[in-house]
Amino acid sequence: MVRASAPLTDQVLWYTTRGAGAVSLVLLTAVVGLGILSSLRFEATGWPRFLTAGLHRNLALVTLIFLGLHIVTAVVDPYTNLGWAAAVIPFSSYYRTFWLGLGTIAAELLAAIGITTLARGYIGPRTWKIVHWLAYAAWPIGVIHGLGTGTDAWSAWFFALTCACIALVGFAVVYRLGVSRDPLADPRAAFRAAVDRRPRP
Amino acid sequence: MSAKAQLAIDRIRCDGHALCAELLPELVRLDDWGYPIIAPGPIPDHLLAHVQNAVTACPVLALALKRAEKPAR
Amino acid sequence: MIEERLLAGPDLSRGPESLASHMQRLGPPPSIGPALIDVVERSGLTGRGGAAFPVGAKWRAIARGHAEQPVVVVNGAEGEPQSLKDQVLMTARPHLVLDGAILAARALRTSRIAVVIGESKRAALTSISAALAERPEPELRHARIVMAPTRYVAGESSAVVHLAGSGIALPTTRPPSMHEAGVDGRPTLVQNVESLAHVAQIARFGAGWFGAGTVLITAVGAVSAPGVLEVGSGTSVREVFEAAGGTRDTRAILLGGYFGAWVGAAQAWDLPLDPVALRDRGLTLGCGVVGFLHDAGCGVCETARIMGYLASESSAQCGPCFFGLRALADATSRIGQRGSNTEDLVRLDRWSKEVAGRGACRHPDGAVMLLRSALAVFAEEFANHAPHWRAAPSQPRRIA
Repeated sequence: MVRASAPLTDQVLWYTTRGAGAVSLVLLTAVVGLGILSSLRFEATGWPRFLTAGLHRNLALVTLIFLGLHIVTAVVDPYTNLGWAAAVIPFSSYYRTFWLGLGTIAAELLAAIGITTLARGYIGPRTWKIVHWLAYAAWPIGVIHGLGTGTDAWSAWFFALTCACIALVGFAVVYRLGVSRDPLADPRAAFRAAVDRRPRP
Repeated sequence: MSAKAQLAIDRIRCDGHALCAELLPELVRLDDWGYPIIAPGPIPDHLLAHVQNAVTACPVLALALKRAEKPAR
Repeated sequence: MIEERLLAGPDLSRGPESLASHMQRLGPPPSIGPALIDVVERSGLTGRGGAAFPVGAKWRAIARGHAEQPVVVVNGAEGEPQSLKDQVLMTARPHLVLDGAILAARALRTSRIAVVIGESKRAALTSISAALAERPEPELRHARIVMAPTRYVAGESSAVVHLAGSGIALPTTRPPSMHEAGVDGRPTLVQNVESLAHVAQIARFGAGWFGAGTVLITAVGAVSAPGVLEVGSGTSVREVFEAAGGTRDTRAILLGGYFGAWVGAAQAWDLPLDPVALRDRGLTLGCGVVGFLHDAGCGVCETARIMGYLASESSAQCGPCFFGLRALADATSRIGQRGSNTEDLVRLDRWSKEVAGRGACRHPDGAVMLLRSALAVFAEEFANHAPHWRAAPSQPRRIA
């Protein structure tokens, strides 16, 4: 949709929203990929494990910044007529209700992950890990949001970019599913099963 | 003067990710199976920042800084 | 010397002593309450579950001002495979054990009692169930019976607490400690059945009467009458050996079960079977198992077998324990099967030092202590072990 008659500031806002959204997608893809590398205990010469962990954390922070920019510029843009409510209540906007709603959900999942990471010392590793797994929901919801909310304005390159992101995460997830990196997982489970005397439901 | 800090480890949480050994080789080395062996005793002041890094970096929160006499290995 | 206090009464082979017989012999348990804690402290009774912790001190720690009602857990799990004393007590003298339980409960002002019994000990289960049902005390009639899995670590205090509370016998990292928050978050007393049986007598006859006390020993191995004996504390290993019908061809003694240590026969004969005296000598009475290794037996192979067992009994919660004990067991087996070699001996030394203290519970420490005692006592055999592929046709006898 071309807005030839729109004021410059509005165009800037509009392009920033879409740009920041694309950057967020790429960054989030990298973050998810690094998270999977982390669980695979990946390391190579010149690439220690703490590098994976550090990059994952730092890029996640940058992702949240770009995501914030994406959300703020989208809300204040007069063309979209989104109130702040749309940013927090999913499916409450008039503009592309469904696809935008998905974006709201994805953003809130990521915010939850961010907050629990900050509060990790208080909530304990088990709760933290469960919330962290929501990343596997946030990422695809974000991808679908991107394809659904922007299709009419997008050229082939965004579509190609999205495909590349999907390919990367898809490959990483499939690889991760096939590999168990915790050497104690099986014997620990076997012992637990042997000493579990709770009544069967 | 405050009591010296000690590095404590929860052996059940520890899964052998070994980031601590990467970030704190002065105090942590790995056994033959990739699990950390921590040097006993109080932490030297010049290493406190690195110890804090290692504690934060542990993916399963197995490490903790304790201000007590309880030793850990 | 043999001194029957706990085992006094009708012949053990006659099965559970009835409540009537018990009452006739000993009378009902005295109604004392918290004052019993003083008496137990003065008696000097130490725990018979393996750690030999002073029983009175343990009770005192729990009795100290807690808002919630504590839980008394009677520990009859007896995870040590060679030990028989707890099963024998629970089977033949259930009311003595239950007396101890109710006395403990009243001393700690609680009505919550749980009895943990090893699931393979069916006779003990039958006996205790029947005994609980015929007791007049409501705390006992409503006591829970919890079956402990047949795993070595299932009898460990934190595993027992976990089992009684959440139904899984998993040893845990300690804080908070059990006397503060154990079963259901309540202060919890985990006490071995033999300890409670002693309490039942101390309550009746007094701290002075107890004196040095008696201990239940399970004699196994190269003796003609293996089984449970009750001896005065401080009785020598030699006296137990003779009472169990042993001959003199003994190479070494395993003192304290698989959680204990090997001692060369010459050093062992005069050792007093008293928990504190042994601890002062760097040894342990543990759960009271005394194993006699025949002269023709092979200390290396016996140790390899025990290490293999202990390695397979790791709860696999901690890497150093699970992998370390397995590696130690494999190295010991290799020496046993293929003969001595320097690499394995070096590994045994290095790994045993690295593994100790790096588990959440004491299981790896116990295994390492056993191994290091074997390396010391059987130093020659470890250094010059011929491969058993070419062993003589008569295989060495093993500890039963």
